[in-house]
Amino acid sequence: MQLSLSAENKPIVISSLFVVAILIAGTAYTLWTAGTAPLLSVGYLLQQLQTGSFLGICAAGMMMVILLGHIDLSIPWTLTAAAMTATAVGGDMALPTALAVGLAVGLVNGIGVAYLRIPSMIFTLGVDTVLRGLMVAQTGGFAPQDTATPLMLFLAKDRILGIPVAILVWAAVSLVIVTILTRTGFGRSIYATGSREGAAYLSGIRTRRVIVGAFVISSLCASIAGVLLTGYSAKAYQGMGNAFLLPAIAAVVLGGTHILGGKGRYVGTLIGVILIVLLNSVLSIMQMPEAGRQIIYGTVIVSMLLVYGRNQRVTS
Amino acid sequence: MTTASLGRWLSRNMGFSAALLLLAILFLTYNSLHPRGFSSAVAIQNANETVAIAFVAMAQTLPVLLGGLDLSVGAVMTLTNCVASEVLHGSPLQIVFGVGLTLLTGTLFGFMNGCIVVYGRIQPIIATLATGAVAIGLALLIRPKPGGNVDDDLSWALTNSVWDLADTYGFAEGGEAWWIRPFADIPVPFLIVVIVATLVWVPFRRSVIGRTVYAIGSAEGAAYMSGLPIQRAKIVAFTLGGFLASCGGLYLAIQTSSGNADIQQAGAYTLNSIAAVVLGGTSLLGGTGGAIGSLVGAMILRVISFYFRILDIDPLLQPLIEGLVLLTAVSFGVFRTLRVRNQLDLFR
Repeated sequence: MQLSLSAENKPIVISSLFVVAILIAGTAYTLWTAGTAPLLSVGYLLQQLQTGSFLGICAAGMMMVILLGHIDLSIPWTLTAAAMTATAVGGDMALPTALAVGLAVGLVNGIGVAYLRIPSMIFTLGVDTVLRGLMVAQTGGFAPQDTATPLMLFLAKDRILGIPVAILVWAAVSLVIVTILTRTGFGRSIYATGSREGAAYLSGIRTRRVIVGAFVISSLCASIAGVLLTGYSAKAYQGMGNAFLLPAIAAVVLGGTHILGGKGRYVGTLIGVILIVLLNSVLSIMQMPEAGRQIIYGTVIVSMLLVYGRNQRVTS
Repeated sequence: MTTASLGRWLSRNMGFSAALLLLAILFLTYNSLHPRGFSSAVAIQNANETVAIAFVAMAQTLPVLLGGLDLSVGAVMTLTNCVASEVLHGSPLQIVFGVGLTLLTGTLFGFMNGCIVVYGRIQPIIATLATGAVAIGLALLIRPKPGGNVDDDLSWALTNSVWDLADTYGFAEGGEAWWIRPFADIPVPFLIVVIVATLVWVPFRRSVIGRTVYAIGSAEGAAYMSGLPIQRAKIVAFTLGGFLASCGGLYLAIQTSSGNADIQQAGAYTLNSIAAVVLGGTSLLGGTGGAIGSLVGAMILRVISFYFRILDIDPLLQPLIEGLVLLTAVSFGVFRTLRVRNQLDLFR
């Protein structure tokens, strides 16, 4: 291994090492208290990754937006709206409905940010609130159908050759994102626009369409995660997406993607998600109360970023 | 002020003026629709419910002026709310000590945020995302279950009119003195916000540090080259943000007589504070705006929610209407886009 790491790969290597450290620490704990090492069994790890796939898919979409230097705060209720609308429609049309919701939300977000030039932070926040309002209004007074369709159950719970389908879906989404980012003009346009939109625009990139595209991908990912989560918990419910926003941002940033855009590799996001999922599972094995979890969670993010996420000093 | 200078002020403070106008219209309409509108009771109730979000919005303004964002304001407010719910009782001296401890907690937390941002050189948005989690964790440690013990007199006196304040603590002849009569009907919470804003924000804005904060938001490189104290200004900005957030937490404890380490509530306060800051005319890019604007923005957000009490709107539609109003209000920023002559100006 080379001793000098490129700035882009340093976060990835360090967070991988941290993942290993978590596994070792967790295993040491379980060996000491119970004399077993569940963390190292394939079955347990697959199960953790299965529950982590929802976060993983959200983070994949979030990364596209963060690479542009924007942020998508509408993920929680995009996820919920897609899931609730899909189960309300039900049957064979459930999955297309969820994707259609994702597409529509992504278009609205993208147009607001790219064409109206409203800061993404506040626009997606507004869209999130509106979606919440729509869902409350839709479910109010009567209870629409909210049970998962057989297809959703299959996607979230079944296994093919021993591997949970949810992980396969996550892998497929990852493959698509990696291909987009490294093999297509659209991917390169995302990096260029994220580095400096004005320069990208002058180079002939249609930056507004790039932004809309990234927001659409983000919302589509959120809706896929919604479908999976519905299958996993057998029904769609209000607030099901709330737990995914901040961990998704944290995973993307821990993976070395710059929060102001332009820099980052998808592998990093993948490792960031695994790190957060494993950290959570080790903390639950230790039966850490919520207070301790939050403190450890925050401390880990800050200290990891102190190691590799530091900015250049402003000198001119 | 002459017409010309007034015009110049208006064109420089478009967002703030628009927000002020919107607030005036919304508030006057609300009071004229309210069966007991323009009364002290209504004003007290409104003021009470506005204080916490007003302080949190002011706290959010400082990082935003720097061109960053503080995702921990809601969490710091929650943390200080829990601290206050533990210490605000006993003898008057103990209560004063409790108030000091609460404010110190928030201030120190803000100072820590500032140090992480300045010396750790981590982007504020992501650093505060993490420290916000720490603040919530600490809040849960202090108060695993909602509840608390807050001095009843203090709670009553600070959440009612000036007359009640004087009556409770027996000064100014129990509120009957001639010099206090003109102010007797003013809600105390409103006065608290105004006093903190005047004593903290206005001097800060006029100081070198305050101007440096604006300069950093406009062009950090230029501010550095001009020899301005960049690092100190950033730390002070976050520290002051922590102080203002703790004012919000302190008041919430006094108002509700309890502390509640609620993650959802903390998140909602943070997000609403961003909305209030934007509504008040502060640019998320940094460098323009101010805490007074955010105060107005927070009031607008609250007045909108007051409307649901007097208008016969289906409660199920309330979140939708709130969301649409918020989205519409922030979409007014589009006028800047439509006025731009050179496409490149869009990419700042």
